[in-house]
Amino acid sequence: MTDATPTPDPEIDEMIPEAPKKRLTRRELEKRRMFLRSVGAGVTLVGLSLVGYFPVLKQLFDRLRPPGALEEDDFLAACIKCGQCVQVCPVEAIKLADGDEGYALGTPYIDARKQACDFSCDAVQCVLACPTGALTHEIARKEEVRMGVARLARPDACLAMKGQGFKGLARGDLFQGMLRYEDIDRWTPMRVADHPYDLEICDLCVRECPITGAISLESVSTDAGDTRRRPVIHDACVGCGTCEMICPAEPAAIVVDAKVTRERVA
Amino acid sequence: MKWFLHAFAMMFGAAPRKPEEGEVTDAARAMMKFKKLPDQVKLRKQRIAEEHEFPVVSNKWRNRRWASIVILNALFIISYWFDVQLVEGALTASRFFGFHMADVFSAAQVMLAFKEVMLNLVIGTATVVIAWWLVGGRAFCSWICPYHLLAEWAEMIHLKLARLGLAKDHVFHRGLRTVLWAVFLALAFFTSYTIYEYINPVGIVSRALIYGPTVAIFWVLFLLGIEVFYSRRFWCRYVCPIGLSYGITGAVSPVQVEYNLELCLHEGECRKVCLVPHVLEVTKMGYASDTFEYIGADCTRCGMCVDACPQGALKFKVRGLDKVI
Repeated sequence: MTDATPTPDPEIDEMIPEAPKKRLTRRELEKRRMFLRSVGAGVTLVGLSLVGYFPVLKQLFDRLRPPGALEEDDFLAACIKCGQCVQVCPVEAIKLADGDEGYALGTPYIDARKQACDFSCDAVQCVLACPTGALTHEIARKEEVRMGVARLARPDACLAMKGQGFKGLARGDLFQGMLRYEDIDRWTPMRVADHPYDLEICDLCVRECPITGAISLESVSTDAGDTRRRPVIHDACVGCGTCEMICPAEPAAIVVDAKVTRERVA
Repeated sequence: MKWFLHAFAMMFGAAPRKPEEGEVTDAARAMMKFKKLPDQVKLRKQRIAEEHEFPVVSNKWRNRRWASIVILNALFIISYWFDVQLVEGALTASRFFGFHMADVFSAAQVMLAFKEVMLNLVIGTATVVIAWWLVGGRAFCSWICPYHLLAEWAEMIHLKLARLGLAKDHVFHRGLRTVLWAVFLALAFFTSYTIYEYINPVGIVSRALIYGPTVAIFWVLFLLGIEVFYSRRFWCRYVCPIGLSYGITGAVSPVQVEYNLELCLHEGECRKVCLVPHVLEVTKMGYASDTFEYIGADCTRCGMCVDACPQGALKFKVRGLDKVI
């Protein structure tokens, strides 16, 4: 404090040149603060970007990926998150994942119960649209797809297993899902809600399956009078989820296990 | 050449500096000497005062640019919603009338993460590199990036708040962007995830516009909040590796903003509006190396300085166009 008063004292005189030095230090301090702030911002941003690891490592989501998807880890690496597959799908089955799915943000998946991939496009358009090969271009026909495999998850809810028929709308009149009814119009998918059924024995999963020989109804006993039938899934099943979408039981008696689920179980 | 390399290095974070003795042309040196004559200084001050009295406000380039951002992003949206196939996809990768386009940084991440060179991506990236080299590299940022438009609005609010003393700009080191660019490419390679895409506001906004909003949009709102209250144009200035990639792409682009030393009054209106003011250091007295000079590689060709300069000392220029015509 007393340094400010001018004195002839040579010791104090020596201290005066320090004053501008101190100012310089202050400027340097500001520079250092800026530098630390920058390091902090960088570390924070990289840290935040790593938050995306959590849902992936914890395997919080088992998404059914579109036809031709690589194994999950490769798929997440190769997908460029552009949504071109979303755009070409005629039944709009493909959705993009949100931020809660970590590094899967922006990657395509199919919620089969809401809208299954029914191969309305015939030639796996999403695969052709994919610019990176995350949906592998090795696939050209729907029969070659392996998205997952169907499984009779709730046999006691299955109408066929109970020997019952089905009359009416498979999913109610508010259901938005579309399906290709080939005998009506080969090229235009129709709303499932516009298409009532009247079946003696419910065979919707077999009837609407787009793949030949993927699923069939088998008798549960040798008794000819027994109307009960079991849906049996064969090796040809591609896991498109049409059976899961059309199943009138709530929740669906038949579900598709995504490829990733099977990878993880195995 | 050395001076050009300095301008290039500035994009990666090097501090601006005055040109050294050998880097200034004789004409520029003579002109600066002339400008420092007392009567010239007086004249310049007088003209600056006149300008401040009758300010000329032009938003010509800004309006064109905003129209460009809106129209180009609308093309993506229209292509999907009306199924007209003009530009399918999002800004990370798309097809323009069937031709593959891929964002340089997104494509680089995917190839590093997947460890395979995909032909379609190489074609798409090459197309994009050539296209953006032609129109000026970071022109991507200011002429198409939807986050840029949001950030411009956030910047307007920030400047208003700053004038009222309610917000203060916090400057970061520009080298941060270079470091993050390298870190995110390395992370893609070592983790096999396209990690940057998780926080990439450009991809998030682009997808939100086309496919509908997601919860991820809150991250973008948070970033805009930072830009409004804490640091002016934080993401575009100090973080975005996409911007740096396009900056490299357009370093020797034919489309440039050209600085005319003779017309310049060195008042700094241009630096006040610029997203990357270090490229306009040449407009400071004694910083120019030539009488005409292209401003640095980091320039987004947004034209704000062209609009802001009352003397017309900064102009868009297509290199070699005069020779062609």
